[in-house]
Amino acid sequence: MKLFAQRALGPVTLVLLGLTIWLGIWVTPPDAVQGNLARLLYVHPAVATVALYLSYGTATVASALYLWKRTRSMTLDRIAEAAVEVSLVFIVLTLITGSIWGRPAWGVWWVWDARLTSTAILGVLALGCLALRRANDDPVVRARRSAVFVIISAINVPIDHYSVEWWKTLHQGATVFNPGGGLKVHGSMMWTLLLSFVSFSMAFLWLLRARYRLSERQYQNTERALQEALDQRRAEVTN
Amino acid sequence: MTIAHLENAVVTLAGYPLLSGVDLDIEERSVVVLTGPNGAGKTSLLRLLAGLETLARGEGNVLGFDLLHGDRRQLRREVGWIGHEGSFYNELTVRDNLVFAARSLGRPIDDIPVALQRTGLVERTNTLAKRLSAGQRRRLGLAWLLVRRPSLWILDEPYASLDENGRDFLNGLITEVIRQGATVVLSAHDPLRNATFDVRQVRMEGGRIVNRDVQ
Amino acid sequence: MIRTALLVAAKDLRIEARSRVLLWQVVPFGVMALLLIGLAVGPSATTTRHLAPGLFYVVLVLVSLLMINRSQAVENSPGTKTSVTMLGLDQAGVFIGKALALLLELAMTSVVLLVGVVLFLHVPLHGALIASPSVLLTIATMSVAGTLYGAIAAGVDGPATLLPVLALPAFAPLLIAGERSFASAVIGGALAKWLLILILALIVYVAIGIILYGALEES
Repeated sequence: MKLFAQRALGPVTLVLLGLTIWLGIWVTPPDAVQGNLARLLYVHPAVATVALYLSYGTATVASALYLWKRTRSMTLDRIAEAAVEVSLVFIVLTLITGSIWGRPAWGVWWVWDARLTSTAILGVLALGCLALRRANDDPVVRARRSAVFVIISAINVPIDHYSVEWWKTLHQGATVFNPGGGLKVHGSMMWTLLLSFVSFSMAFLWLLRARYRLSERQYQNTERALQEALDQRRAEVTN
Repeated sequence: MTIAHLENAVVTLAGYPLLSGVDLDIEERSVVVLTGPNGAGKTSLLRLLAGLETLARGEGNVLGFDLLHGDRRQLRREVGWIGHEGSFYNELTVRDNLVFAARSLGRPIDDIPVALQRTGLVERTNTLAKRLSAGQRRRLGLAWLLVRRPSLWILDEPYASLDENGRDFLNGLITEVIRQGATVVLSAHDPLRNATFDVRQVRMEGGRIVNRDVQ
Repeated sequence: MIRTALLVAAKDLRIEARSRVLLWQVVPFGVMALLLIGLAVGPSATTTRHLAPGLFYVVLVLVSLLMINRSQAVENSPGTKTSVTMLGLDQAGVFIGKALALLLELAMTSVVLLVGVVLFLHVPLHGALIASPSVLLTIATMSVAGTLYGAIAAGVDGPATLLPVLALPAFAPLLIAGERSFASAVIGGALAKWLLILILALIVYVAIGIILYGALEES
């Protein structure tokens, strides 16, 4: 597994993304109603799913495990930090692709729709988490506070998910995870849609791993710096 | 009996080692005085013993509580602390602060008038804490410890801001609580002179103990 | 937990009664904000009545940020934090107590602001009275959430500027639910749905606070 992550995760992700783009732009037919605009179907729902459930979900679980004494470890804090950052990237992509889709469909770049608003709020919360981390020098303080914050802010994920059912909105209902249970697309469009979920999920894992490795290196540098500081402080005594 | 044991204790703040490896054992019913220059780590060591700091490396236990894995909140409830910034809420009176503290720990509030009398704060009973002088704020902290009667007293530069009467009072108080079975750990810039009790002086520099001297 | 909560709430309210920050600073700020908003939207009674619920909650959110900061500043002054930490209080009780005190303070401020919206923004008096329970529920949820976020932002570099960054996005759904329930009470609509959302949010925040507030103390 580790070997796959090290060697193959990146290339496999790029291949899958490439395949998704190829199928989405050149192979699948245009939609009966929305025409070529509907090709955003192969990007927008997948990035939204990764942003809300996979990425923020990873951050939430890692934060909860960090706060639980039995599983507490700075590794989990680094995973949570990486997941929040990646989540922010995917949330921004969600909003951008959604706006591109909305402009021709609704005539405006933005509407104060429940789904759009709650997604934007989640994005600001992710930014808030990163601001909180930058306001704390002490790693343990930083880890605890951001863990609590991520868990509280995760309340917005189910609000976002159910927003299209609870309120009358312009945003269409869930294409895959809808209450009726059936898929609302068919044929090659269906397969390409499902492939997009897989490829963007792989992209999430790839970005998460890259960001985590950066944090880990920073942590190792910090540990080295601490050892140097300890040696220097002890030398004050002998001098 | 050893009531506190530290082995290679390291405490850090934003990557800087406040304590760079402290080894220390504290016996019951003793008075330990930490001395040393500014920045030596005296306050950090006191805070570690009080359960206010986290161990970054090393081991330690105080009053049976493991500093790494134990419940530090429970440890804090057993320890009496006086810092040099003053105590409790600026916007509450002396009496209100003591009542709040007593009710927090389930201590009887009947002991408060006696504590105020002993610390010379009777006439300040209804004064807001922010209007007290530095020395009076320290006496407020002592009044609280008199109500609490903890088994471990941790005092950070308690003699600072005290006049001669105050110093004599503190010396008398320390003698009394040792006799009653408590342990006292305090910090001072210089070794205590004219102390009326046996003192173990421990000198700190660079976040470590450099000299253990039994006087 | 209950005993600690009542002790902490009484302490916070006693401090407020002594310092009178609410009376002399926060309430005047709220009234001034309402007046400015009334000036900004113009003299049309129809416009102001229509916008009143949203404007009321915007001012309430701004006021609550001031009060949350104040509530945490009381705990984080030098010496106070250390000496209170040494009391080893049950943190779930501290959380409930501080939220309770904040709720009472916000409730008093809301009464003044509701009088303000009746006078300056032309909301009918009976509409404001019908909206009061939904206002109370909204500020209860804001108090609980605000106490949590206030503790997260306390004691770091720039807590006064960090708190709005953390709390405002979280307050946004509460603001929406509060505004919709206020508007429903005044002009009619699906009040029950919004009240249910507020009740659910309150339960979730209380549960999370009881479980996690202690983790913030150790930091």
